[in-house]
Formats: sequence, structure tokens, C-alpha cells
Amino acid sequence: MARYFTEEHEWIDVEGESATVGITDYAQEQLGDIVFVEVPEAGTVVEKGGEVAVVESVKAASDVYSPVSGEVTEGNSALEDEPALVNSSPEEEGWFYRLTMSDSSELEGLMNEAAYKDYVDSL
Amino acid sequence: MSMNREGRPTRPQDAEATSETFTGNRALMLEEPLLFEIGDATLTGVDLEAAPQAESRLGGLERNRPIGLAGLSEPETVRHYTRLSRQNYAIDLGLFPLGSCTMKHNPRLNEKVARMPGFADVHPLQPVDTVRGALEVINELAFWLIDLTGMDGVAMSPKAGAHGELCGILCIRAALEARGDAREVILVPESAHGTNPATAAFAGYRVENIPANADGRVDLEALKERLGKGGEGDCDVAGVMITNPNTCGLFERDMKAISDAVHEAGGFVYCDGANFNAIVGRVRPGDLGVDAMHINLHKTFSTPHGGGGPGSGPVVLSEALCPYGPIPFTAKTKDGVVHLVEEENAAEFDHNDSFGRMVAFHGQMGMFTRALAYMMSHGADGLKQVAEDAVLNANYVLRSLEDVLDAPFGKSGPCMHEALFSDKGLADGFSTLDIAKALIDEGYHPMTMYFPLVVHGAMLVEPTETESKAALDQFIGALRSVAARAKAGDKSLHAAPVHAPRRRLDETAAARKPVLVWREPEVAEAAE
Repeated sequence: MARYFTEEHEWIDVEGESATVGITDYAQEQLGDIVFVEVPEAGTVVEKGGEVAVVESVKAASDVYSPVSGEVTEGNSALEDEPALVNSSPEEEGWFYRLTMSDSSELEGLMNEAAYKDYVDSL
Repeated sequence: MSMNREGRPTRPQDAEATSETFTGNRALMLEEPLLFEIGDATLTGVDLEAAPQAESRLGGLERNRPIGLAGLSEPETVRHYTRLSRQNYAIDLGLFPLGSCTMKHNPRLNEKVARMPGFADVHPLQPVDTVRGALEVINELAFWLIDLTGMDGVAMSPKAGAHGELCGILCIRAALEARGDAREVILVPESAHGTNPATAAFAGYRVENIPANADGRVDLEALKERLGKGGEGDCDVAGVMITNPNTCGLFERDMKAISDAVHEAGGFVYCDGANFNAIVGRVRPGDLGVDAMHINLHKTFSTPHGGGGPGSGPVVLSEALCPYGPIPFTAKTKDGVVHLVEEENAAEFDHNDSFGRMVAFHGQMGMFTRALAYMMSHGADGLKQVAEDAVLNANYVLRSLEDVLDAPFGKSGPCMHEALFSDKGLADGFSTLDIAKALIDEGYHPMTMYFPLVVHGAMLVEPTETESKAALDQFIGALRSVAARAKAGDKSLHAAPVHAPRRRLDETAAARKPVLVWREPEVAEAAE
């Protein structure tokens, strides 16, 4: 399994053609207490860079962009009742959705963990 | 000490005053229960004779249990709301630095005019001949708005800023569709008001961001590049929505170049007029190539916020968009008579391409009279001074505080009518929220915080033009003191507000688990 990161602070875990997406620890830290999350339903077709989910904190509402194109297989329904999971476990239990990727070459432009860390340090 | 359910104290903290009062009141700071807690569901506020027993004709659908509304007498009700109103903060109580909202003084002259029976007591379904004076007022206000903005027409009916945005975007859509050029995208800068992308999406467009440059202004080159995407004659951009002055408190100097580029690509320019107070009488948006702009009468022209329901957000339109504007509107014929143009007579006034009607009637009369009273009492020169003083006051705040608070665009030149600060430089663990809460203790409504989103921990301060230097100095002193405490890591700041009717409330819990309906305590407990 490999993990990649976007400049918009999403992470994506890839295993074969399937992938899991969430927002990074840095993102949840910046947003503050998350109060609402809207995740896509299974069957939703998403494009790389397209708006796929909404995350709302006490400070702001933000869009989450899909790091890759594909079809959503599952949204994390646990976030509906417990949006705080994004704060307490952003990169594990607080995942947003799983999808089947349609073009794994789209992963090429994404950052690995070290590159993302450098990117965050530069902000 | 009284605690809420989460174990946080709900009363101000005061080391000296340890004694609890019998009532829970602290002198004039009154503890106010909910109406349901005051009232008794078995009582009513009025004595009515028992109704004669009549045979029910409800066929078994009679109410079989009490309705459960709190029974209250008139004095109990009046006191409840009056007590609550004393805990409110208002522009009539003090400086209201809420950036982007232009919390202006509402002159009393406006109120006198608005209460004149010829304006206050008219009904929209009255015969037109009996309301000529009111129509004249609408038409005169329309003339002022067109004149001040350098535009060609104005839709007076929209009820609020965001409603006006929708009106403008629908005009753009109608104009594009009229030439058979359906486009899909509206471009919005990163620092836009949240209503802009919401409006575009509501009108069926896809929203894309335009990045800002290091100055805090729209990146013109990035905009041009996006407009050119797809090759010549194949632009999918219907228009841009730009706030000028923008929400970073800066004037978009490239506005004319932005408009030219958008027009060249066949698109339209929508300007969010929320910040018009900074430029009224000085700059005419029409001269900058704007095609549509809403004007929040409550921001620039001193009507009360919310307007007592509904508000008013007229939209000025360029020559290109005028034919598509909504009905009804007023038009003056050569004989000096002001007409109300509606579906029936639109053809007579050559207005056949209107996208339709947004509201039932002509607009919010109460706001029109107040706005016109404000304009006429100030005159053109007075309005110009409004903008100048608003900008001067904001710059005074900016320069008086930039040594203690980080001003991210302080080096981009003078600000407009808002001073923007960030949370950079505060001690570890201290945030914009701590400063905002401590300002409540100082007796001020907090500034706008965490907006615009492009600035970390943003604090947006808009003093408005009517504040005196003494009032500004006191506010600056308060903010300076609070900021200094946050920089020094004064932990007592985390407890703020300590002097307010309620201590720091748990905003996260309120958003995650809102309790929206009152229930009998035992019912509420049983449900938990």
C-alpha cells in the first residue's frame, strides 16, 4: 500500500485499483473543530481535482477535491454522526471515501510523505 | 459556581464577589430563563369567558391533549424580550468593528422620513394613482444609484445582497442565452464573499477559483490564462464575480484590465458591491467595466441591517445587461409621470427580454425611503466624504496596530475601509478566537474573524466613517491590550469572556449537537 498527498491537503492510500481518501492532519489542524462532513455516495463518479466532499469547521466550510478520477465505492458514514473523527484520527478512522481509480497514472503528480512534509513546512 | 452540562462555568468569574445572589441576577445583569421556563402551560395571559359547550363538528379530530405553549401575561412577555435585548450589542451602543458588514450608524432623520404615512402606510396592491409619491421615491433612488455607479439601469426589487447577486447572474445568463452562447463557468477569486460561489452554483454554473497574487489582489495573468483556455472563440467562462474593494481590504487596481480581458473573452463582470462604502462618490464601477453590481443599502446607505425584514439589494446593470433585468421597475415618461413597469405594460416600455420576476412586488419601500433620505441629506459631496472618512478611519486602525498585530498586506499600500490582521506572532496556543472573546470583555462586539480565508486566523476590522478619533483610540487601546496579552502568552485570556452574561460557550458542541427544541426537563433527561 502506498500513500500520496495533494497540495490541497488530501491523502490517498492506494492498493491496486482501489484507494481510500481523507484530509491530512495538517488540514484538520488548520480547520479547527470539524462540525459537519458531507461524503459522496457509492456510485458517484468523480474527476481528479473535482469537488467531492464538504468539510465544515467552526471557522469555515471547505471543499475536498478528489486526488484522482474514479467511481466512489463507499463514503465513510461514521463521519455523519461523529465528524470529530476527522480531528481525532484524520489519517485513519476519519477517512472520507473509497473509490475505484479509473486512471492510476494520475497518481504520478502527487507527493509522497516526505515531499508533503517539506511542502507543509514551506507554508 | 454554576456550571453547564459540560462542566463549564456559566457565570462571570470574580474573585472578590463570592456570594451568590438569591435571584441569580448580578445587579442589572439579569439571568433570563426561556419563555417556556417562565410560563405555565395551564394558564393564559387573558381571561376569556368559558366557551359555551357546543357539539363538535371535528368528527373525532379534536385536540385531546394540551398544546403545551407557555401561558404568559403581557408584562411577563414584554420583560422577557426587553431583558434579552439588554444583553444584545448594537450599533447604537458602541463601535461595531465587524469587517465586511459595514455596521453603519442609522441616522434618525431616515427614521422620521420612513415613518411618514404616505410611505409607511401604503400597500403594494393599492391603485397606482394613489401611490405616485412612493413611486417617485423609488425612481429618484434608482436615479441616484445609477448616477453614483455610472451604470445604465437598476433592478430595485431584490431583497438582499445575495438576492441581488442572483439577479445579476441571471441577467448574465439571459444575455448569454439570448446570443445562443451557453457557458458553464463563473470565476471567483479566493478572497470572495462566500455568497459569490453559492450564487453562481445556485444559478447553475460551475465555480472555479482565481488565485490571488502576493499583494492580496487578483492575479491578472492567471485570469487571462484561464480565459484563454480552450482557444480563441471557445471560452466557457460566463463571467467573473469580483469584490472591489476586495475582502483583504484592498482596491483591485487592475479592475479595468480584468474587465477588458473578460469582455474580450465574451464574458461579463459581476462586482460584489458589499464594499462600495469605501469608494462611493469617488469611483464609478461603470467606468471600471462592471456589468452588474448589487448595492447593499444597509451597508453603504445606512438603512438598518436586515431592514426589519426583508432587506434590500438593488442591482445596477450595464447597457449590455439592462434589457434582461427583472420586472417590475419604475420608469418616468416625458410627461413627468412615474410608471410601474410590469408584465402587462413591459412592451410599451420596450422591455421584452426580461428574465422574469424575482419577487411579487416592487421592493422594500421602508429601505428605499431611508436610503434616499441618507443620500439627499448628505448630497454628492457628503457621500464622497463618507468614503474618504471610512477609508481614513480604517487606515488609522491599521497603522495604529501594525506594530502589535501582523498586517499581512500592510505593505501593499493604504487599505480601503477595512483593516486586516492575521494571528501570526501570537504566543503558542493563542488564537484569533481568544482575541475576539477578550474584546467582548472590553465591551466590543468582536471583529470579523477567520475571514477572508486566504489569511491565517484573519481579523477584519471595519470601523466605518462615523466613529470619532476618540472612539477609535479607545478601540485601538482595547485591541492593543488584548493582542499584547495574546503575544505574551497570558493564560487568563483563554477564560475570556469573564464579564459577559455567559462565559466562553462551546461553539463546537453547539454546532455538532444543536438543541433546537425546548422540552420539559424530565422529558429531555429521559431522552438522553
